[in-house]
Amino acid sequence: MSVSWIHRTAAEQAEALAAGTVTSVELVRAHLDQIGATDEGENGINAFLHVDADGALAQAKASDERRAAGNPLHELDGVPIAIKDVLTTKGLPTTAGSKMLEGWLPPYDGTVTAKIKAAGLPILGKTNMDEFAMGSSTENSAYGPTRNPWDHTRIPGGSGGGSAAAVGAFQAPLAIGSDTGGSIRQPGAMTGTVGVKPTYGSVSRYGVIALANSLDQLGPVTRTVLDAALLQELIGGHDPKDSTSVPQQVSGLVEAARAGAAGDLGGLRVGVVKELQGDAWAPGVVERFDESVEVLKKLGADVIEVSLPSFVHAMAAYYLILPAECSSNLAKFDAMRYGLRVTPDGSPSAEDVMKASRDAGFGDEVKRRIIIGTYALSSGYYDAYYGQAQKIRTLIIEDFKKAFGQVDVLVSPTAPTTAFPIGEKVDDPLSMYLQDLATIPANLAGVPGISIPSGVSSEDGLPTGIQFLAPVLEDARLYRVGAALEAALTQAWGGPIAPAAYKEKN
Amino acid sequence: MTETLIDFDEVIEKFDPAMGLEVHVELNTNTKMFCGCPTEFGAPPNTQVCPTCLGLPGAMPVVNAKAVESAIRIGLALNCEIAEWCRFARKNYFYPDMPKNFQTSQYDEPIAFEGYLDVEVEGETYRIEIERAHMEEDTGKATHVGGATGRIHGADHSLIDYNRAGIPLIEIVTKPILNTGDKAPLVARAYVSALRDLIKALGVSDVRMDQGSMRCDVNLSLAPKGKPVLGTRSETKNVNSLRSVERAVRFEMSRHAGILLGGGSVLQETRHFHEADGTTSSGREKSDAEDYRYFPEPDLVPVAPSREWVEELRATLPEPPAERRARLQADWGYTDLEMRDAVNADAIDLIEETVAAGAAPQAARKWWLSEISRRANEAGVDLASAGVTPGEVAEVQKLIDDGTLNDKLARQVFDGLFAGEGTPGEIIEKRGLALVSDDGPLLAAIDEALAAQPDIADKIRGGNHKAGGAIVGAVMKTTRGQADAARVQQLILERLS
Amino acid sequence: MPELSRDEVRHLADLARIDLSDAELDHLAPQLNVILESVASIQGVAGDDVVPTSHPIPMTNVFREDVVVPGLTPAEALAAAPEQEDDKFSVPRILGDEQ
Repeated sequence: MSVSWIHRTAAEQAEALAAGTVTSVELVRAHLDQIGATDEGENGINAFLHVDADGALAQAKASDERRAAGNPLHELDGVPIAIKDVLTTKGLPTTAGSKMLEGWLPPYDGTVTAKIKAAGLPILGKTNMDEFAMGSSTENSAYGPTRNPWDHTRIPGGSGGGSAAAVGAFQAPLAIGSDTGGSIRQPGAMTGTVGVKPTYGSVSRYGVIALANSLDQLGPVTRTVLDAALLQELIGGHDPKDSTSVPQQVSGLVEAARAGAAGDLGGLRVGVVKELQGDAWAPGVVERFDESVEVLKKLGADVIEVSLPSFVHAMAAYYLILPAECSSNLAKFDAMRYGLRVTPDGSPSAEDVMKASRDAGFGDEVKRRIIIGTYALSSGYYDAYYGQAQKIRTLIIEDFKKAFGQVDVLVSPTAPTTAFPIGEKVDDPLSMYLQDLATIPANLAGVPGISIPSGVSSEDGLPTGIQFLAPVLEDARLYRVGAALEAALTQAWGGPIAPAAYKEKN
Repeated sequence: MTETLIDFDEVIEKFDPAMGLEVHVELNTNTKMFCGCPTEFGAPPNTQVCPTCLGLPGAMPVVNAKAVESAIRIGLALNCEIAEWCRFARKNYFYPDMPKNFQTSQYDEPIAFEGYLDVEVEGETYRIEIERAHMEEDTGKATHVGGATGRIHGADHSLIDYNRAGIPLIEIVTKPILNTGDKAPLVARAYVSALRDLIKALGVSDVRMDQGSMRCDVNLSLAPKGKPVLGTRSETKNVNSLRSVERAVRFEMSRHAGILLGGGSVLQETRHFHEADGTTSSGREKSDAEDYRYFPEPDLVPVAPSREWVEELRATLPEPPAERRARLQADWGYTDLEMRDAVNADAIDLIEETVAAGAAPQAARKWWLSEISRRANEAGVDLASAGVTPGEVAEVQKLIDDGTLNDKLARQVFDGLFAGEGTPGEIIEKRGLALVSDDGPLLAAIDEALAAQPDIADKIRGGNHKAGGAIVGAVMKTTRGQADAARVQQLILERLS
Repeated sequence: MPELSRDEVRHLADLARIDLSDAELDHLAPQLNVILESVASIQGVAGDDVVPTSHPIPMTNVFREDVVVPGLTPAEALAAAPEQEDDKFSVPRILGDEQ
């Protein structure tokens, strides 16, 4: 009886490669077939912007040859991976979900791309995202939205909806995402997958098309906590090319995940965030959350409520800091050196061409944020807006420090709602922004966060997610508690949750 | 549009000038400010670029330690305080030669601030206060195609080379320079000149105004005489030599006065200096505070030079040029005039080396400032390229001192040196220039001369030693000048006594 | 809290080199104001004694040595250039009509 390899976890695939029960070429073929069957056309989920079948197969072949010679590069050598289109991959189009960079072939690999290649993982392709990572639904992609595998009329979350949907639909066992205000974690909650935002500075940003430099981090998108730990350990580490890269290596993640899976959370102090409760939170989400918290208690954790009062200002601060930084980051897209160039009629000046190109190349959300950012940085407004927002950041960091003096990890639902219908919030930016209520504070403070599935909502049968946050550099705590809860929940469910149309057929 | 230019004396009579000088110094580091690209001058276009200095999506900057070191040394040499903690900031504006459309610079947290540089103009010392020195990066270079003169006006399109983008610059800004009166143009020039010498001595830049490794922007405003206000200033760019600094100040003073006396107001704008006729013309209108929307560069972390590092660097500072000149003048015993002549001839270093090679200071000065200067001017080259080394000069002087040559013969040796005929020794031999050292031939020549002029011999015997001059002359002729006159005189007296 | 007029939005778009059509201006301006209103809530929250944070993890003095690192070839650098000439990036005339 043939194994459905696409339904195995990355760790299982790696074990099988090591045992010789499967080859990397077989794995890549299986995933390419799944992509072919599920990504394109009217019923396709449109998770991928570019599939590199030839490249992935060639890399898989090389992996098999290494393994045959007894020289695998890494535990994950030969396990396929997808990469959010925000990270540069030399020779593979990198668009950041924007028309501005349609067809752009970077002349260099980002550091994380280089690490993935150096470990031998075949790269299946680049995944869809909200344009320049701005959004919470992937509807802002210039290449059409990605559909949630659980319900094709609904969004998969954003900005990293492509990576989460690809993993959720078994098109890839591993994916790389980026998280600036929740763009890994919230899609994780929307699609029933695992997403981690590592400690700021622990994964290199060299090669990441910047949204908000002080908030962005690349992280793992997977179906299990152990897979995320394996991937984060691969991609993390100090990078001299990134001046904001922390010198310390974040380690012990796989160890923590394996230990956590044993299910003993004795001694762990968990804090439920007071400010992340209330009317904004859908009852279906809260129901699953409360149940999960009970499970934590059963596993031996001490659970209390903690208050981080400055959280109420987090959204406002975020939606000032991010636009300010991105308005400057996106200035480089001026049609002079690369990217879309639109030349108006007549004899336009460079300035005319810049204006026309940027109007044509950027979508609405990007324009909104650039204008807000330009305003926030303007003389006369700097102190009141950007300056104030950076102060709020200090208050949030202090609140986190105080809270972590009382507890080891914080917990909240990952997102206020389950996956909403495509088109529902597209004309209501504020309502869209509220998706990030729970996830934004972690980016402002640089602390790591994980979202794992907390079950499906009894209201609509769609996935919900639960988020844990830990102090800076203490990512291992997330893997411990995440793995423990995951094991307990999966057992209670009789197996991991998965979208009906994509489940393994028995 | 014709401008009224007021005569300089009248300007001074009616107005007080205030100047602000902004100097950009291109550092001579091996690599750029934020990436490892080389900084060689004159490389083929776009051969010294990388994702970072090209501003490609996803690229990130990393600070060049050597540039920070050079910035601190410049700050220390200008008597500045060095920041304990400072940051880079983004200066946001769009221009095609700027790959990111922001310049990574420093805003309100410069690495060095509150310093000064004393300059001397016609015997008076002016203390130029330095507001700040900060680090930033250079832009790419645009050449304009299709316009009449290759300038930007009327150009059809432009071609950009980003080799220069990202090269480290240190910007040095003075506080308003006041109370200079009619000396304003000279003070401006003296400041830029002194700054250039200082930075050259540090070895951190070529500081060649003609090559763009030192650029000066001249800000000028006029206030009614005696009024403690600052007028509206204009900024003049493209000032590419010390002489241009002086001329730009002078011209702007006249132009501003023309406007103000005509009842108008000076436009706050950027102007372009024209080498050919010393005038300025209007460039971009500088909006009142061009909104650069500065904010701290989020891809970089603060620079916090330890006090230990700063002191280590302070110990590497060379002697300030003015102090060095004072010391040398004292050592050499030159008068002020002699020293000034040597400075103006750019001969100080050459004299120093010649003295080090063993020549007396006055002798060194004599040769460099007269004989060699003359020949350098004739050939149209500077002293250092005249064709003779300090070592050779010292050697020639030594040969005079030990009696091998006299001044006249020495000049012929210099002829040989300039013609590249070899070392002084080789030239003397080849041309047979040595003074006759053996008394024998001299005595023979003396006897011959005395025999030819017996009445002179009588005069000398009679006590008129001066009469021997004719004999000396005759001997010189016979020996083709290769006789030491004093020795001949001595021998004559011995012969006749 | 100041509301942005349509003209102010156009001015900001100019600063950001984006040529917004009238339709876009009509569409975006009210949305911007809604957003600005909500972020205005942070006014006055943090006192003067609070130091702004620009980096969540404080670090200083990250440098590299002054050693050459190979970069891109001109071909690689110019590969995506919309227009090029003689190994340089060709851009439209830099001054506008009024200059």
